[in-house]
Amino acid sequence: MIEAQGLTKRFGDKVAVDDLSFTVKPGIVTGFLGPNGAGKSTTMRMILGLDRPTHGRALVNGHAYAAAKAPMREVGALLDAKDVHGGRTASAHLKSLALSNGLPTARVLEVLDLVGMGEVADKRIKGFSLGMSQRLGIAAAMLGDPQILMFDEPVNGLDPEGILWIRHFMQREAAAGRTVFVSSHLMSEMALTAEHLIVIGRGKLLADTSVSEFISQNSAGSVRVRTPQLESMRDALARAGVKVIDIDGFLQIEGMTTDQVGDLAAANHITVHELFAQRSSLEEAFMEMTRDSVEYQAHYDDAAFDSAMAGGTK
Amino acid sequence: MSTITATPTAIPRRRYDHARASLGNVIRSEWTKFWSVRSTFWTLLTLIVTTVGFSVLAAWGASTHLNQMSPSDRAHLDVPFNSLSGLILGQLAIAVLGVMVVTTEYSTGGIKPTLTAVPNRLRVLLAKGIVFAIVATVVGMITAFAAFYAAMPFWAHQHLAAQLGDPGVLRAVIGAGIYVLASGLFGFAFGALIRHTAGAITIAVALLFVVPLILNALPGGWGKWIYEHFTSNAGGMILTTVPQTKGLAPWTGYITFTIWWLVPLAIGAYLLKRRDA
Repeated sequence: MIEAQGLTKRFGDKVAVDDLSFTVKPGIVTGFLGPNGAGKSTTMRMILGLDRPTHGRALVNGHAYAAAKAPMREVGALLDAKDVHGGRTASAHLKSLALSNGLPTARVLEVLDLVGMGEVADKRIKGFSLGMSQRLGIAAAMLGDPQILMFDEPVNGLDPEGILWIRHFMQREAAAGRTVFVSSHLMSEMALTAEHLIVIGRGKLLADTSVSEFISQNSAGSVRVRTPQLESMRDALARAGVKVIDIDGFLQIEGMTTDQVGDLAAANHITVHELFAQRSSLEEAFMEMTRDSVEYQAHYDDAAFDSAMAGGTK
Repeated sequence: MSTITATPTAIPRRRYDHARASLGNVIRSEWTKFWSVRSTFWTLLTLIVTTVGFSVLAAWGASTHLNQMSPSDRAHLDVPFNSLSGLILGQLAIAVLGVMVVTTEYSTGGIKPTLTAVPNRLRVLLAKGIVFAIVATVVGMITAFAAFYAAMPFWAHQHLAAQLGDPGVLRAVIGAGIYVLASGLFGFAFGALIRHTAGAITIAVALLFVVPLILNALPGGWGKWIYEHFTSNAGGMILTTVPQTKGLAPWTGYITFTIWWLVPLAIGAYLLKRRDA
């Protein structure tokens, strides 16, 4: 269980994390979602005591992380997989971590096997691909068989197989009762992995909700209908008191289900050629929610882009 | 929060009852880290080879040009000191290793897993320091005795070979061993203070090797005072067995050198506790 209580971090004038409060519960994967630069990594660093909060505090199992007697028993964290001395072998790296918390060194081979890296135990880390480094980082996180797993953008730069592996790994460990807290800037990834979502933008909390709730709330759809009797349909809908817009030969209806529109057409003897629900994607919902809090927005229109390109080729 | 106890499976499943990030365990961890990178071995070998090699060269040079020496130089001739003088270069190897023990944590990013595993930062620094100090002392002693015994045959021709039992000689040779410790910790301290490999090495080498030589040119009483109290000029007095024209008493010099690394290390430790990792 992780609790953030009014967590705030300022770097000079810049507020990286702004009065953030949330609780991460065991038994489920909790996604920590936000655009790049939203303050996800800084928040995780404050939870681990790597960064000092300007205000507020973070508690791990009810106490400050630094107060843990055997920290690796409580949290297994992977922030950046490349944060290791490349000159060491995988097993020497893990052995040094295990020893630091008084964990049995036999655990090193166990966790390497767990992530499918038993064969490269004695290879130096600098030769590892990003995917292998991620697995090594997860092996390190698992050394202490911790109650909490915390991963910062673990799927970044991975191939599809690696992404699938990490996704299943996190879901399995959460199902086993661990607290799993994982950050991402991709809504689509979180929709597949997480059960609960904490969404931040510019350091502020935007949503703290279950994924299914997030989906039903943020993908409020409309219904589109195509009919040869356009005017009759429009009149019928107007009588029903709903809002109608003309789009590409369709009528787009807000505030009615496909069932209701179909029934309405039948009641008015209108032929319907096409009828479907139009849902905005989760990614669109996420972008809509974080629109005002994106760190660096792209501000160009096509004309400006074209003229810039033309200028460049002259 | 009573709801937490109702999780489907009890986690953690393993019982590591003795697990804790105690100082002893962190020392074991740092010991493993220290020896599991190749540069450790090569730097220590450089220390030994450089020190013994240049000490032998110095002994050979001085002993064969003895009759060209002025009477006053003869009076100040310090055979044990001369036979350990390779440390002037050798000290740089251990200082560089001292820097790197700390700064590679930052340059590789390894400091994050290190401090995540052991959030008590001063315990990490202390454990690193203890491991490094043990190694520097043992290797320093090996280096000192090797240099001394390698150089003596050159003096034996002139019937000037020193014995460990002669006044001050054992102290000078053991002093050379702990001089290696001090110059290593000098690098370690600046590594902790500056956290940047190139910057810390530049400053450590400048303060240990370049500036002490330049200061010899300072005029007057205050110039002499600064020269005598400066880093390796002060620390190197522990290697002397004959009073020199300039320089502190052996142990006064060594203690002065100790202050030179203790102060930056204390500031570095304070900043380590304060700063974001």
